[in-house]
Amino acid sequence: MKRYYLNHLQKLEAESIYVIREVAAQFERPVLLFSGGKDSIVLGHLSKKAFAPAKIPYPLLHIDTGHNFPEVLSFRDAVVKYLDVRLLVGSVQNSIDTGRVKDETGKFATRNYLQSTTLLDAIHEHKFDAAIGGGRRDEEKARAKERFFSHRNDFGQWDPKNQRPELWDLYNGRKHHGEHFRVFPLSNWTELDIWQYILKENIQIPSIYFSHTRDCIIRDGVIYAYSEYLHLDEVEKKKLKSMTVRFRTVGDMTCTGAVRSDARTVEDIVQEVAAYRISERGNRADDKRSENSLEDRKKEGYF
Amino acid sequence: MDEKTYLNMDLLRFTTAGSVDDGKSTLIGRLLYDSKTLFEDQLENLERLSQQRGEELNLALLTDGLRAEREQGITIDVAYRYFATPVRKFIIADTPGHIQYTRNMVTGASTANLALILVDARNGVTEQTHRHIFIASLLQIPHFAICINKMDLVDYKQEVYDSIKTEIEDFISKLSIPDITFIPISALLGDNVVNASKNMDWYHGPTLLYHLEDVHIGSDENLVDCRFPVQYVIRPRSDKYHDYRGYAGKIASGIFKPGDSVIVLPSGFTTTIKTIESPQGEIDEAFPPMSVVMQLADDLDISRGDMLVRPHNTPFISQDIDCMVCWMNTKPLNPGTRYIIRHTTREIKGIIKEIQYKIDINTLHRISEVTSLALNEIGRITIRAAQPLFFDSYEHNRTTGSIILIDEATNETVGAGMIREPSPKVPEKKK
Repeated sequence: MKRYYLNHLQKLEAESIYVIREVAAQFERPVLLFSGGKDSIVLGHLSKKAFAPAKIPYPLLHIDTGHNFPEVLSFRDAVVKYLDVRLLVGSVQNSIDTGRVKDETGKFATRNYLQSTTLLDAIHEHKFDAAIGGGRRDEEKARAKERFFSHRNDFGQWDPKNQRPELWDLYNGRKHHGEHFRVFPLSNWTELDIWQYILKENIQIPSIYFSHTRDCIIRDGVIYAYSEYLHLDEVEKKKLKSMTVRFRTVGDMTCTGAVRSDARTVEDIVQEVAAYRISERGNRADDKRSENSLEDRKKEGYF
Repeated sequence: MDEKTYLNMDLLRFTTAGSVDDGKSTLIGRLLYDSKTLFEDQLENLERLSQQRGEELNLALLTDGLRAEREQGITIDVAYRYFATPVRKFIIADTPGHIQYTRNMVTGASTANLALILVDARNGVTEQTHRHIFIASLLQIPHFAICINKMDLVDYKQEVYDSIKTEIEDFISKLSIPDITFIPISALLGDNVVNASKNMDWYHGPTLLYHLEDVHIGSDENLVDCRFPVQYVIRPRSDKYHDYRGYAGKIASGIFKPGDSVIVLPSGFTTTIKTIESPQGEIDEAFPPMSVVMQLADDLDISRGDMLVRPHNTPFISQDIDCMVCWMNTKPLNPGTRYIIRHTTREIKGIIKEIQYKIDINTLHRISEVTSLALNEIGRITIRAAQPLFFDSYEHNRTTGSIILIDEATNETVGAGMIREPSPKVPEKKK
């Protein structure tokens, strides 16, 4: 019976492509949320497969905090070219300049929380009715309760206690005017699945995922890359040192922690991820603000 | 992990049922921890949270992801958990035992290969055990693993295990359950979870993890009845692919090959499959649950919601649907109400003609002469659709035999239906 058999990566790929096509079929103006991180790159890759030989029938939207890793930004433009899609950018700086949000100040300032407003403004402006995101249920416990098709009311809010039941592969994307959906085709993938797939499909990813040497500072046990966006006090400035690290996630430079690593190839990363004892978001300062941090941000429209 | 290992990994989805008292969270925690999926920072966080609440390590906090759940100490919604061994990747749909029990368990069960049901050895078979088994069998989960837990608290006695096993076997004789395995365990102490118990030499079966890794799921898909619901039509409209028309979708059942002749429903035209493309390129055979694109020999008017099937093996075609429905909304189901029916990739309006009976899920008794179905109730209903549906019985085909009902005003998913084979006199099977 092994003949009619799909292994776990093939099953996940088939499921994700089915969900992606379902978005194109059920919605008028979908968009793919693109951070330049590995999950959104895999989503782009799956989108290309889902509609070949036609073009991907939706644009990419990058919410730019202005605090990006430079390596990721240049990579983003290469991916856009490879995928042959239109790129839209929602600028957090612009939201600050127009008074929509207020920049945080102080040592722990991050623009992570400001992104939700910029994102919702972009969704509103372009009249997007479905935003495809790379969220996975294994990332965080609030995400473990998330649907593939996740409803947002006309304020862009998530109501986790009142979600639509999701049965079989029958996805209900019906909505009223002004409401939208967040769709998560990678819901059932784990961090390891993503890396195995990147390896199998030979997908290009930004250099910061691989081991490299850069100036870092350790703050509350988390290793941060030094950049002009990170506010260091005098004591911390003296503690800056060159370290050999890589990043497990890609976010805003002010809240994304690095791990010490010698992994130089995707194979090395697969080995390393298989052996990890700390969860992927364990190094994300944005999730550490409180036990309900991600749930609260998601309710307000976060990714 | 080398390339060969990860490419040969299987995927098994299972659903767990039980309340906190049955030791379900402890069992999940143990599976995650022993398979090294529970990370150190998550465990530390759990210890800290448990301490704050003045509790011993409370593994339930791991699955209670929402603020309201932690505040109230109850699980509200289905939580999905992931772990892997070198052999298989597992997806657990962890469904709560108390609130919204039926709705959540039906949701978790709809995609599961295996139902893991926990019975407390001290209490034996309870109404809740009956409910769990009934719902899992209603949703046609192909494999059952019944774990008789807390064996340590009954001195690992074989008589306790045997009597519970006999009682369950009696109960399931009324239901259709293809494959069932009984395992005596102690989730707390680890007996027969990952490692074989040293306290129950009378038990010679597999440990739970061994069973989860080993249970044969290859034959669960229907490879006989060819059904391909068209999901999306790919038309590049470019110079290079000027005349290209690809029909994208997921194989619901059966094996399709290039060269096969197919009938298009509802039009009834016959044509031939020219090519089949998978995400890896052109293939010779497509089978469930592949997502593929088919090109056909003739240019026909085919759109989303149509279905490709093989001649001499067609689904039922009828506007009258007889189904078991689980009601999922606070607004009850009443005869005469209109809903949107979503079936495969189609959406059709329909009206509830009749409630034949509802089922008391504790006793399995049928209650006739009911006028409505309330939240979490299960009943048998008849629906009249505005256009004919192409369907199989849920028993033979979980994809073409399932529907959801959507409230036209609120857009909420309000019911889950499992279609029954029509009685011979009502619809004709199209030749």
